[in-house]
Amino acid sequence: MTKQVRQLDRVIIRFAGDSGDGMQLTGDRFTAETAEFGNDISTLPNFPAEIRAPAGTLPGVSSFQLHFADHDILTPGDAPNVLVAMNPAALKANLGDLPRGADIIVNTDEFTKRNLQKVGYDSNPLEDGSLEQWRVHAVPLTSLTVKALEGFDISKKDAERAKNMFALGLLSWLYNRPTEATIRFLETKFAKKPEIAKANIAAFQAGWNYGETTESFSVSYEVKPARLAPGTYRNITGNQALALGLVAASVRSGLPLFLGSYPITPASDILHELSKHKRFGVRTFQAEDEIAGVGAALGASFGGSLGVTTTSGPGVVLKSETIGLAVATELPLIIVDVQRAGPSTGMPTKTEQADLLLALFGRNGESPVPVVAPATPSDCFDAAIEAARIALKYRTPVFLLSDGYLANGSEPWRVPDPDELPDISVPFTTEPNGENGAFLPFKRDPETLARPWAVPGTAGLEHRIGGLEKSDGAGNISYDPDNHDLMVRLRQAKVDGIDVPDLEVDDPTGDARVLVLGWGSTYGPIAAAVRRVRAAGGKVAQAHLRHLNPLPKNTGDVLRSYDKVLLPEINLGQLAMLLRARFLVDVISYNRVRGLPFKAQELAGVIQDVIDSE
Amino acid sequence: MSESLNGKGLRLVPKADGKQTLKDFKSDQEVRWCPGCGDYAILAAVQSFLPELGIKRENIVFVSGIGCSSRFPYYMNTYGIHSIHGRAPAIATGLAASRPDLSVWVVTGDGDALSIGGNHLIHALRRNINLKILLFNNRIYGLTKGQYSPTSELGKITKSTPMGSVDRPFNPISLAIGAEASFVARTVDSDRKHLQSVLRAAAEHRGTALVEIYQNCPIFNDNAFEDLKDPGTRDDITLRLEHGKPIVSATKAVRRAANGALPGVDRAAGPEEEILVHDVHNPDPSVAFALSRLDEPAFQHVPIGVFRSVDRPAYEDLMNEQIERAIAEQGRGDLRELLLSGDTWRVN
Repeated sequence: MTKQVRQLDRVIIRFAGDSGDGMQLTGDRFTAETAEFGNDISTLPNFPAEIRAPAGTLPGVSSFQLHFADHDILTPGDAPNVLVAMNPAALKANLGDLPRGADIIVNTDEFTKRNLQKVGYDSNPLEDGSLEQWRVHAVPLTSLTVKALEGFDISKKDAERAKNMFALGLLSWLYNRPTEATIRFLETKFAKKPEIAKANIAAFQAGWNYGETTESFSVSYEVKPARLAPGTYRNITGNQALALGLVAASVRSGLPLFLGSYPITPASDILHELSKHKRFGVRTFQAEDEIAGVGAALGASFGGSLGVTTTSGPGVVLKSETIGLAVATELPLIIVDVQRAGPSTGMPTKTEQADLLLALFGRNGESPVPVVAPATPSDCFDAAIEAARIALKYRTPVFLLSDGYLANGSEPWRVPDPDELPDISVPFTTEPNGENGAFLPFKRDPETLARPWAVPGTAGLEHRIGGLEKSDGAGNISYDPDNHDLMVRLRQAKVDGIDVPDLEVDDPTGDARVLVLGWGSTYGPIAAAVRRVRAAGGKVAQAHLRHLNPLPKNTGDVLRSYDKVLLPEINLGQLAMLLRARFLVDVISYNRVRGLPFKAQELAGVIQDVIDSE
Repeated sequence: MSESLNGKGLRLVPKADGKQTLKDFKSDQEVRWCPGCGDYAILAAVQSFLPELGIKRENIVFVSGIGCSSRFPYYMNTYGIHSIHGRAPAIATGLAASRPDLSVWVVTGDGDALSIGGNHLIHALRRNINLKILLFNNRIYGLTKGQYSPTSELGKITKSTPMGSVDRPFNPISLAIGAEASFVARTVDSDRKHLQSVLRAAAEHRGTALVEIYQNCPIFNDNAFEDLKDPGTRDDITLRLEHGKPIVSATKAVRRAANGALPGVDRAAGPEEEILVHDVHNPDPSVAFALSRLDEPAFQHVPIGVFRSVDRPAYEDLMNEQIERAIAEQGRGDLRELLLSGDTWRVN
């Protein structure tokens, strides 16, 4: 039987199953195949904080959504065209997101009476007609896998566990994906267990063959490669990109990287990634707590390293006092906050943008700290270098505000030429800067207001710094009222004077009256929404803030040049409050705090409403 | 006499070009402790002992937390950080781990090290980072004007405990030994010769050295250690710990009891050859721990000197070894190669 191949311009697939079903791995592999094929991609992993919630329950459902297309795309997609549901819980948890007519591939083996009861199904949805508005493909994934692996010398449990590879094989057939890389991957992953490797490859191939022969699938699909800018690409998550950006910052500054960190979701992967790069002289220190993590990083900065600490909101709170010390001692330091839903422990694996005011103001005293926020997963690379540039040039702690969506989401990244990355090296001070050979640790560069950075081991520049207020220039302990007033203003002026590029506005027609402004990870959904509105004939301008402190010098002018400014944030309006206070502009704040990124369709509606209300 | 087993503490620190003197180590800042404070004696002892080490002054860093003792770095003409309350070991850890060519000293107090900073202290000790931690123990909060501290005796009457404190104190030596410290010593602010000999042994030790210094606070806890200083009682209660020598004072000695305990007893109560001989390098920490309990209760016999000095790899040496091994095995990192790692594809 020759099957029909149908062309599509984009597809959104969601793999969903139990936490132990290997859905993240399955999603990762499908993403890798799709990247290799040349589609543009955006991904959204969504998993519980529990490592292994009780099997078959709703809280234990883990999913991975992947959007791929023959053109450039900006988000992981609002609603899946295809849901792979490995059990009744996965079906129930995700059904609400499925548009009418979507495909559902279900593992019928798991639809037992007991499993159905566990999630509150009184009758089997595969049989009671409740799924009529979708196209259901009932596949006994587990038993087919076990049967395909009969000849292998492995346990029944290991055979059953390979069902995710069967599913991957089936989906790979359905979308005509290249398979060689997955086979290579399985050989490497199970190099020490060759029988398991062979079994997983066999399951993967059985899934492919099943698609080709079964009547349940009459059509397969093709999504042509996207036309991306020429270059070499790899798929990358935000956390990986951020870690690589830090290594690049170390190379391009000529300073050894020192990471002091305490494990915390969703930032730990940066620690894992950096700990692999010892060949670059990277030192990773897993500290006893968040405070020691940032303390060690600051100590390393004093010694001439590029000091970095990585954490999430709860960790930032613990680090606040040390960040204040970095402000007072004026040493370079990068604080990476991969934001997650709060307050308190909140929802550790879910995304949020609610640490902006914490980063800006969450310390005692007047304690200005620059803030940089990446816009997309791959932008985490450039944002890390930018944070390092500011930290080193101005001798200041810098916040890098990523979030859970960027951290775990992925997209194709055009790998840059290392020689074209900015040179961010700064010289250490090696000569006295005062009269009679004196060294004045707080005598500032007149242009940047940065103080000299003299590291231990430099003869003649021995000096003491600390948290007590210091006199301007000489840096001795000072309680002089006027000196304190001066130092407070100097520290603020230094941060205010940081060279950040102007805010750029995208307005193709040039006569839009409504501006949509965003910051951080909302870039993709906002840009996708703006495209939809424009495609429908709406006029809207878009701008995205990468520097939250200091703000670009033209920010006020940009805001004031539109009738209406709409600002979607995944918080209750933190940047909106700041912009209203700073620029007296009546910013319209749009807020959802569901632990998930905005949907493009939702934002398009909000933008259209604002345009219509003109 | 060196109590240090490995003698490698300063192995990687550059040697000074010429002779250095006490004057080289004094900063131009006016010392602002209360008159009669034990900190003066410790400062003078440190300033006059450091030149003997023969290492470059610019490669010495003093890191402190918060408290009276933590003003120490300002008075030393070396590099220094006066940091935040309790965090000096953490900050010093990052510095020492990234700069093995430095001699890093932490100056802390009983509140700073054992209360707010207790966590960092025990983890520095177990990691064995090459830090020298000087714990000035005056058994009181001085800078906040006289509250009881985690080493104040039970029942201590202070501003915050008008009816007496109800929490049991830490014994810093016991705590350090329990935290796997590789070098633990105690000395007294007023005994400069002993203080300097202990500091020398600490400096030469590679790994974390904890030195508890009994330090008098004349304002809020005067004469807390008077029995150890008064010529009338001093020789009776001070048990000198010296490697290879019996542990005795003028009238007391340590003998193993029938139940295995190591009590302080009358020196004349038995033959001299049955007195415990001190072995600072004993790999088993239980004897050193037992010795650390001898000052309880109430200073009847107090061991002074190095309790324990054992050879254990320093954290930063292991950390740097991994970096060197990674480079030796896979070559120095190449950024282009790193960025292009993983599955890549070309778009033309």
